[in-house]
Amino acid sequence: MRTLHLLLLVFTTAAAAGESRIVLKDGQGKDSVMSQCAICHSLDYIVVNDRILNRAGWEKTVDKMINLMGAPINNADRQIIVDYLALRYGK
Amino acid sequence: MVNRRHFIKKAAGGLAALGSALLSKGSALAADLVAAETETTSIMDILSRKKALIKKSFRPPNYETPAGYFDAPFTPINAFFVRYHLSVIPEVKAEDWRLHIGGDAVRTPFTLTLEQLRRDFKSVEIAALCLCSGNRRGLFQPQVPGVQWGSGAMGNARWRGVRLKDVLAEAGIEKSALEVSLNGADSGVLEITPDFIKSLPLAKALDENTLIAFEMNGEPLPHWNGFPARLILPGWTATYWMKHLTDINVMAKPFDGYWMKTAYRIPSGRFPGGGFSSQETPATVPITEIVVNSLITSLIDGQAVPVFKPLEISGVAWDGGNGIAQVEISTDDGVSWHPAMLKQDYGRFSWRQWRYDFEPKRTKEYRIMARAISCSGACQPLEPIPNPSGYHHNAVQKITIRGV
Ligand code: HEC
Repeated sequence: MRTLHLLLLVFTTAAAAGESRIVLKDGQGKDSVMSQCAICHSLDYIVVNDRILNRAGWEKTVDKMINLMGAPINNADRQIIVDYLALRYGK
Repeated sequence: MVNRRHFIKKAAGGLAALGSALLSKGSALAADLVAAETETTSIMDILSRKKALIKKSFRPPNYETPAGYFDAPFTPINAFFVRYHLSVIPEVKAEDWRLHIGGDAVRTPFTLTLEQLRRDFKSVEIAALCLCSGNRRGLFQPQVPGVQWGSGAMGNARWRGVRLKDVLAEAGIEKSALEVSLNGADSGVLEITPDFIKSLPLAKALDENTLIAFEMNGEPLPHWNGFPARLILPGWTATYWMKHLTDINVMAKPFDGYWMKTAYRIPSGRFPGGGFSSQETPATVPITEIVVNSLITSLIDGQAVPVFKPLEISGVAWDGGNGIAQVEISTDDGVSWHPAMLKQDYGRFSWRQWRYDFEPKRTKEYRIMARAISCSGACQPLEPIPNPSGYHHNAVQKITIRGV
């Protein structure tokens, strides 16, 4: 486990090069999404699903991240993130 | 360095520039998808020791193979697709690697080094298609969420390794054994995220074609495809082909982790396959066998072709291990179908290359289709079979070309 975490550091810094090129659409809540949805994976998981999900779909996805994947997101942030995704990446 | 990126190309420019080299023979499917995507989704990008592939996500790395590479019977290692679910992917050192065999249904758990694995068991080689369950997800209408794969989340390779059943026999399987679980070295960033662990029904684990492989196309497995050893489960989708294997457990109870109980499931009764009764519920079953399918690799949608000149239509066809009996081509929008010539047979788990010679005679649009028929009589449907996670897309591909 220790070695895994050391490796993780290397990985995340290296991966940042490509990842940092991902630009999310502007809008209220963008900062919350950028800080909370990029913990486990790059933000292209959001971009690639642009206009595929409606509000209910994004809500379900965010809840999946919180309840099944363990995303540490509180209720207030959850609402901000869902609103942002529904408005900017909703269909 | 885990992830050395030599250069990154931008979407539009990069794809256009690389397009002629890599995607020129790409399917219309891939081309359509690429065009529809935004700047940061499907760019060409290079993972360390790989050629430029179509990037779907940076972290974890999800990269598909441009269809131009599918002309070869075996997909080059450095162009082979990469699929991970979790972002912590240690670069395993051969000498440090250990494979633990255990579980509540074995008599004597034990641990293997890579050298022991290679030396103590009989090695075999099998040609088999490695196909992501979600290959072509991006083509479903309406679209379904997830990694929006085009046609390139697959590759055909010769895999060398040892039989899982031989390794399990060393540990001694108890009568109570029901499933065999597989874990790899990758894990989530947060400990709380479900680790990517899969299980197999015992019968499949003991199948003589199920391997712990350490070579691919005659070379050691590359890092991104599972170094130093991965599971090879010919005929079943790649979700079971665990990379960087670390633990194999024989268990008396169904494994109930997220990646079995919730993910990688399809509605009951909608697809052929099955074979995993201990994981079935009335509503859903785990995805198992690859469905019959084909891909035209020699034409691009919208391509102009000179009239009165021979045109080779070629591609690949595959299924979950019955083998391909016939591939049929239509050049008139499905009105008439003609058998293609099947090329060399590398075994029932390998894809089969095929070709059909056509000569467009009129300056008009031709709708080209290919459909594969397996040795069990299964045939591709005209429309994909809808399912919530977008698996098993095997609809007959349609490409329009113009005689000029
Ligand atoms: C605790 C880790 C974690 C966090 C934090 C997280 N995700 Fe995920 N997410 C995952 C995992 C694991 C997957 C599955 C990846 C795969 O299979 O390739 C995933 C997949 C996805 C997918 C693909 C579709 C699906 O349902 O699997 C989307 C979209 C997504 N995440 C969006 C988000 C958004 C939006 C946030 C911020 C609210 C977020 N994620 C935060 C772990 C996380």
